[in-house]
Amino acid sequence: MSRLAAGPIIPSFSQGSSCERNNGWFCTDWLHQHWGDTLQPALVQHVELTVIAVGVGFGISFLLALAGFRFRLFDLPIGVFADLLYTIPSLALFQLLVPLTGLTVTTVEVALISYTLFILYRNIVAGLRAVPDEVLESARGMGLTRLQTFIRVELPLAVPALMAGLRIATVSTVSIATVAAFVIPEGLGEPIFTGLQEDLFKTEILAAGLLAVALALGADLLLVLLARALTPWSRLT
Amino acid sequence: MIAGSTFLDTLRFIPHHAGLLLDKTGETAELSFAALGVALAIALPIGLWLGHKHRGLFFALGVSTLGRALPTVALIAFFLPLLGIGLWNNLAALVVLGVPPILTNAYFAVEGVEADAVEAARGMGLTELQILARVELPLGLPLLLAGLRIAAVFVIATATIAGIFGGGGLGEIIGDQGSYRLSGVLAASLFVAALALLTALAIAAVQRAAYRRMSPST
Repeated sequence: MSRLAAGPIIPSFSQGSSCERNNGWFCTDWLHQHWGDTLQPALVQHVELTVIAVGVGFGISFLLALAGFRFRLFDLPIGVFADLLYTIPSLALFQLLVPLTGLTVTTVEVALISYTLFILYRNIVAGLRAVPDEVLESARGMGLTRLQTFIRVELPLAVPALMAGLRIATVSTVSIATVAAFVIPEGLGEPIFTGLQEDLFKTEILAAGLLAVALALGADLLLVLLARALTPWSRLT
Repeated sequence: MIAGSTFLDTLRFIPHHAGLLLDKTGETAELSFAALGVALAIALPIGLWLGHKHRGLFFALGVSTLGRALPTVALIAFFLPLLGIGLWNNLAALVVLGVPPILTNAYFAVEGVEADAVEAARGMGLTELQILARVELPLGLPLLLAGLRIAAVFVIATATIAGIFGGGGLGEIIGDQGSYRLSGVLAASLFVAALALLTALAIAAVQRAAYRRMSPST
C-alpha cells in the first residue's frame, strides 16, 4: 500500500524538453510521446473497469429491483443494505476486500459494483412504482396478464428513470475507478500516481485527470442519446 | 484461511492501538467537517437563492454532473503543486467536492416548493427573504439534508485519500502498510467506515425529524 513511498524518486522530466524540465502544466511534447505507452492504455483499462462495473451492477440491481418491486417486504432491507455499502469510503472498502480477494481486478470490481447498487436500485424501483394506476387499470382492461403488463407497460415507462440512474452510476464509477490504482496498477489513477511519485509531474497528473473528466462527461452524453433513442414517445410532447 | 487470521489480527490491533485510531479518526473528522462547513457556506446561499428565483436550472444540473465526474484522486493531485502538501490542498479539494451535492439539492429543495404556498406567503406581505427562510426552507429541508448527507459521504471518503497525501488522519495509516501492516490498514478502514456511517446516520436522523415535522398529522 505504501506505493507513494516505494522506490527512489526519479524525476523523469529532468531529461525531456525544457517544458518537462521545468515541470510545466501542459507539455504537449510529453503528451505526444507518452500517449501511446501511458495515457491510451490507462484510458482503455478505465473504460473496461467502468463498463464491467456498471454492466454487472445493473444486472444485480435489476434483479434486486424486481424483488423489491414485486415483494414490498424486501424493499426496505435491500435499500438499507445498498445505502450502507454506498456510505463506506472507497479506499476503506478496497482495503477491506483485499484479504478476501487480494490485490486483483476482482477486488476493484466488487467495490465499484457495490457503489452502483445504491443508485441503480433506487432509480429502477422508483421508475417502476411511478407508473400511474390508470395506465395499469387500462392494461388490465385490455386483457393483459401480469407479466405482459410488466414487459409492455411498466418496464418501458420506467426507462427514463432507469436511464437517469445509469447516467449517475456511470459518471460516479468513472470517478471512483481512479482510486482503484491504490490496489492494481490500472486505469487513469495509475498515471496520476506515477506523476505524484515523479516529483509531482504536473502534465501527467493534469492530463490523466482531464481524461477521466472527459470520459465521464462523454459517457454521460452517450447515455443521454441512448435514453432519447429508447423512448421515442417522450419527444412527441 | 489467510483471510481469517488477518481479521483476527485486525481485531487484536484495535484494542492495542485504540488511542492512535481514535486520534486519527478525530483528525479525519476535523478535516471533513471543516470542509463541509466551508462547502455549506458557499453552496447554500447560491443554491437557495437560485431555487427561490427559479433560475439557473441548467447550472444546477451541470454542477451536479460535473461534481460527480471530478475524479477525487486527480483533484487532490491537482491542488498539490498549487497549494503544497498539507492542510490547504486537501481542504480545497474537499470543498470543491462538497459544494455540488449541497448546491444542487438546495436548488431543487426550494425550487420544488408548491407555488401556492409561496404565493400565499407573498400575499400575507412577507418579504422575499422571509419567504425563503420561513416557507421554502422548512418545506425543502428534507431534500436539502439529503444533499448534505451525500456531500458528507463524498467528503469523508476523499478525506481518507487525502491522508495519503499528507492530510493526516486515518488515510495516513491506510497508506502506510509498511509501518502498520495489513491489520492496521484494515482497522483504520473499519474506523473510517464507522465514521462515515455514523455521520450519515446522524444526518438521516435530522432528515427524518424534519420530514415528520412537516407531515400533515402534526
